[in-house]
This record gives sequence, structure tokens and C-alpha cells, in this order.
Amino acid sequence: MNMTIKRPWAWGATSGLLLLATMLPSTSFGATLDEVKSRGQLRCGVSDGLAGFSSPDSKGQWQGIDVDFCRAVAAAVLGDPSKVTFAPLTAKERFTALQSGEVDLLSRNTTWTASRDNSMGLTFAGVTFYDGQGMMVRKDLGISSAKELDGASVCVAAGTTTELNLADYFRANDMAYNAVSFDESDQTAAGFDSGRCDVLTSDSSQLAALRLQLSDPDSVVILPERISKEPLGPVVRQGDEQWMKVVRWTLYALLDAEESGITSDNVDQMRDSPKTPDDARLLGKDGNFGEQMGLSNDWAYNIIKQVGNYGELFERNVGADSPLELERGPNALWSDGGLQYGMPVR
Amino acid sequence: MLRPSISIPRRGRGPLWRDPAVRSLVFQVLLLATVLGIIAFLVHNTMANLEARGIRTGFDFLDYRAGFSISQTLIDYSSNASTYGRTFLVGLFNTLLVSALGIVAATIIGFLVGLARLSPNWLLARLAGAYVEIFRNIPLLLQILFWYFAVLRSLPSPRQSLSLLDGFFLNVRGLIMPAPELQPGFMATPLALVVAVVGTILLVVIARRHQAATGRRWPVLPLSLALLIGLPALVFWLTGAPLAWSVPELAGFNFRGGMQVLPELVALWMALSIYTAAFIAEIVRSGIQSVPRGQTEAARSLSLPGGLTLRRVIIPQAMRVMVPQVTSQYLNLIKNSSLATAIGYPDLVAVFAGTTLNQTGQAIEVMTMTMAVYLSISLIVSALMNLYNARMSLKER
Repeated sequence: MNMTIKRPWAWGATSGLLLLATMLPSTSFGATLDEVKSRGQLRCGVSDGLAGFSSPDSKGQWQGIDVDFCRAVAAAVLGDPSKVTFAPLTAKERFTALQSGEVDLLSRNTTWTASRDNSMGLTFAGVTFYDGQGMMVRKDLGISSAKELDGASVCVAAGTTTELNLADYFRANDMAYNAVSFDESDQTAAGFDSGRCDVLTSDSSQLAALRLQLSDPDSVVILPERISKEPLGPVVRQGDEQWMKVVRWTLYALLDAEESGITSDNVDQMRDSPKTPDDARLLGKDGNFGEQMGLSNDWAYNIIKQVGNYGELFERNVGADSPLELERGPNALWSDGGLQYGMPVR
Repeated sequence: MLRPSISIPRRGRGPLWRDPAVRSLVFQVLLLATVLGIIAFLVHNTMANLEARGIRTGFDFLDYRAGFSISQTLIDYSSNASTYGRTFLVGLFNTLLVSALGIVAATIIGFLVGLARLSPNWLLARLAGAYVEIFRNIPLLLQILFWYFAVLRSLPSPRQSLSLLDGFFLNVRGLIMPAPELQPGFMATPLALVVAVVGTILLVVIARRHQAATGRRWPVLPLSLALLIGLPALVFWLTGAPLAWSVPELAGFNFRGGMQVLPELVALWMALSIYTAAFIAEIVRSGIQSVPRGQTEAARSLSLPGGLTLRRVIIPQAMRVMVPQVTSQYLNLIKNSSLATAIGYPDLVAVFAGTTLNQTGQAIEVMTMTMAVYLSISLIVSALMNLYNARMSLKER
């Protein structure tokens, strides 16, 4: 091109600008807590629409257990659960969004696995929901066990652990199958509904939610087998211990509050006259446990008062008070025979 | 002796920066250094940051076992043993398949609709016009979803398949048909086909020379058809018909045996062809209208029939206008095929830049490879079309 010779200055100037542009924005990682505080907003990555976990309601307000966990972290850090900017992410986008600093926290029904914890620059802060992968089929197929699914077509969301478990399960049981992989969970449900697949597979909690999207929710049945362990939890960037601990202790505060019987209704009363020393420490009447984390001492009070305890979150979003009507199962407190266990505040 | 004082302009040995050649060289070297510097800076910066954040880098992951299944594989693939590198190839072939099918169909539909738009038949011209306006003005993604769910929902379940000749079944899972199973000795037939193709080309060349020399035309079309079909058929029969068919049968949930055309492939193919054909139709129309009317009149005054005028006079001239534009439509179609992921067709983006990316978390490597593939495919298609364009272009004598 002749242009190079005739107008070298323009090219020089352009490349200089480019160089400048690449050097200017470089997000620093490390002090997420300070960043969130100075911004006054928590940026939280959630699912792009999964009933019970994160989906906008008819008024455009985000609802769900993952969403409420974001609100709990905002309440702990900023004292106000409404100071959250939600970023709806697909399964494929989620990790990149967190790695690149687009969100501070990923609370998006994400399974805690070794490779995600160890090779992606991420850290899981805890488990908000113990789940297992299940399979849903139409009742009229007359099937009662996943072992009878040899040769079936299976609708599955692309890029999930579900996709891998599916392959493992059918291989382990020496069965053949056809996977039809869709980009979003809504599309898997639509594909299943149209008859493209015999089976819809996902985490069983998601199946309960997707079932409500079908044209006839009563025509299907969720098979009893749970073919995998799916511990779902919040994720943060690796290398920021302080922020990871804030997120982790937000979860413990939710669990401890339920165990002590502290709810959003009685939290004021409990703070004014704590029943046990544990309650006094949790609610900031005794010690400086909030300050040790870089928060205010009423961090847990703010969470419980404005968002509720773990049991309230569960019942409201996925439990008896919700359309999903899931049992507590493994998500019951350890004291009720479940797996949820909050570390003591002391 | 005094020479006449003619002043010969001496080549100036002024300062170097006055010399345009030197100057332009310096600037180009500087520019190149700057560009390389920026690239090196970006690569180094990225690597350092990934390292600092504990994110795995490198291309080792291509050798790891993938462990997920893919619904359409043109090459051997099993979720059990195949690697992530293999998923790349599987996705690539699926992308190439739908692109190639799409380009062929879009070209045929586009040409027909483009010609129909210029037809003197009022109804035909209006229908073609409506086709163009409808399909080029609706977003492609919506069209893909429409065809997918329209195709799917109108088809019956596997147990109530529409069947044809006891070998072809159409249902919500796609079109299931008998698959050829090659027996030893089959390779003679494709070889015969190659021989027939070479023979046909020779025939065409000789016929053309014959026509140039004598003005007589040979019946090239029937002769070449006979050669193309007859020779392979003869060889196939002589070698004892070494081909068996695997006929699909309903077993359990699905059909066993035979081969299956996925509804995702059909929906994507239809959407891409119909959408792109609308643009190609307009290019064909504008190309034909760009040929001056005098050419048609001249052909008519030589009493060339209408079809021959179109084939021999109008279209060759219109091609010069059309080829570059049609090329960019082909490139668009190839790139648009990446919308496949919306309906679960396992193309390169869905398989490799989707599942593989998410399972390995190595976004930079995966996206770089994927972009390089689209860039290479597009550049190859452009190069081929430019070659064709150079052959079609006006030979100035």
C-alpha cells in the first residue's frame, strides 16, 4: 500500500495511541474488599435465569438463593443488600467474567471441582447448596430407573459438569446415548419439551425448576438416581484471601444464625438480649469479629436483619414456600442430619 | 578544450533525511518495530498476568481426554478415549460441512430467486421480491430458532415416524436412512468416477475446439452424462456390487443402524441458505441489470434464443459484477454458521469454543485457535474466489 509511504505520521500516531491504550487500563487484583467498599456496589455474577436460584421476577427484581447470597455479602460489606449489581452469565461466560474482574463474586450454581479450584485461578468459598445430577423423563415411557435408558437421546447444557457426568454414567453402565448439547438451560428444556430428547439431565434442583417451564409439568417424572455429587457454591478469584474469607464467613453467619434460631424477625430482640454467648458474638455485642475481617462488627446482624438466615433463604427460594418445593435433604443443618455446618464465631 | 557548458543535474547527495527512498524505508522499519513491539508487549503482559493469577496456560490440554459426547461426528470420536484436540477437529469438520452445504444451496436458491425477480411474469417477480424482503430483513438467529422449533414440533416421535420404503424414517430426531457399508473392492467405483470426470473434461475441450474449427456442435451434455453415470455403474456391476446397506430399525428409544441427519443440521442449513440466498438474489439481479440493454438487443438481432442469450451473453458479463459480492456473502455464511450453538448443532464454536473451553478454562488458547480457523477458512475461500474472478474478468486485448 502506498499509504505507508505517503502518510507515515498517521500510522505512527495510530500505533502510538494503541500502545497507550493497552497500557492504561490494568485492573489490579488483590484488594477486592477495598474495591467493593470504595465503589459502594458489589458486582455479582448470577445465572441468566434459573427459577429458585437466580431469575428476575415479574417486577424485574432478581430472586433466588444465589441472588440472596450476593445480597448477604453486600449486607455484610456495605450494610445494604440492595447495593448489588447483578451480571447474568451463561455457563460458558461465568469463569472468564470472574477471572477478568468483571464481577467480584460468582454465585451461580457452580459445582466445586478440583480442576476449577486448582487450574483456573479461582477459589471456592464454600457450599451453599448440596446437589446431585438427576434425570427427567416423560411418564408415558414407563421408566423407573436411569439404568433403563440405553440408547436414549439426552438434552444437556453445554460446558457444564453435567455433560461430563452424563458421559461417565453411561460409560460406567455400558449404555449408549445421544447427547444434544444446548447453550442455555432454557433451551434444553425447550428441546426436551418438543420431544427432541427422551431425557433431560441437570442438577436435580435445576430439573425441578426446569420442570415448571414445560408445557405439562405433570407429564414428567424425575428418576430416583443421583448420578453425581454437585456441591454448588460461591467462587472468588484466587490470591485474595481477605475477600475469600468475607464470602466464606457470610455463609457461616447464615448457617450459624439458623442454628441459633435467629431470624430476620427476631434478630433485633436477640441482639438486645442475646440468649447465649454465641449469639452475642455473632451479632456483634461481644468481641470484634467483624473488624478482624475488615468489616463492621454488626456485619452478621446486617445479613440476618436484611436478608435472613440460611433456612429462610432456602424456604423462600427453593423450599416449601416456593414453587419448587424442594426438601432440605443434605442441605439441612448438621444438627438435623444434613451437611450444612457453620464454623463457630469466636 | 572547452566543453559546451551544459549543466547536467547531478544526483543530489544532500542530507539523508531528504532522500525519499531512505525516509520511507526508515518509517516502514519503525512502523514494523512498533507493531511487533505492541504484540510482544501484549503477549508478555498476558502471560505474566495469567501466571500471577495461577491460571494454567499452554496447549497441553489438547492431549487430555475430553470425556463428553458430541451428537454428530464426521470422524472417529468417542467420549471415552478422544482428546480435546480431537474435539477441535470434530467441530471443524461440522462447521465445514454446514458451510459447504449452505454455500451450495444458497447459491442455487439465490440464482433462481434473482432470475425470478427479473422475470416478465408478474406473479413470479413479486413472489421473488417478497422472498428477498422477508428473509433478508429478519435477524438470522430468529430464523434459525424458527426453523429449528418449527421443524421439530411438526415432526412425530420416533415410534410414530413417517416412513418411506421401509428404509427412510423422518421423526423429531431427524432423518434416518440406510447407510452404505463398503465391502472390499468398492474403491474401483470411485476410481471409475474420477476417470469419467477426466474423460468428460477432455470431451468438453475437444468439442469446443471442434466447434471453433467447424462451427458444428457435438451433443456434449448427453455424452458426458452417459460417461459420468455409465462408467462407474459398469465398474460397480463388474466388481460384483461390493456395497451393503445398513438399514435402520426401531430398537428401544431410537433407531439402530443406518445413518442419521440431525434436525439441528437441517434447521441450520435451511436458515443459513435461505437467509444468504436473499442477499445473493439481490446481487444476481443487480449483476444482470448492470449489463447494458444493448447486449441483449445485439444477441437478439443475431437471433440467439433467449436461454442462450442469458447463458452466453448476459451471465458471463454479469458475473464480473457478482463474484466479489457473492464472495463476501459466502464468507458471511461461514461466519454465521457459528450461530449453531443456539440450537445445539455441534459446530466448532459450540464444541471447541464452548464445551472444551469451559471444561479446560483455557480461554485464550481456545479462542485464538478458533479465530485462526475462521480467518484461515475465510482467506482460503477469498483466494479461491479471487482466482475465479481473475478468470472471469474482462480480458483486455
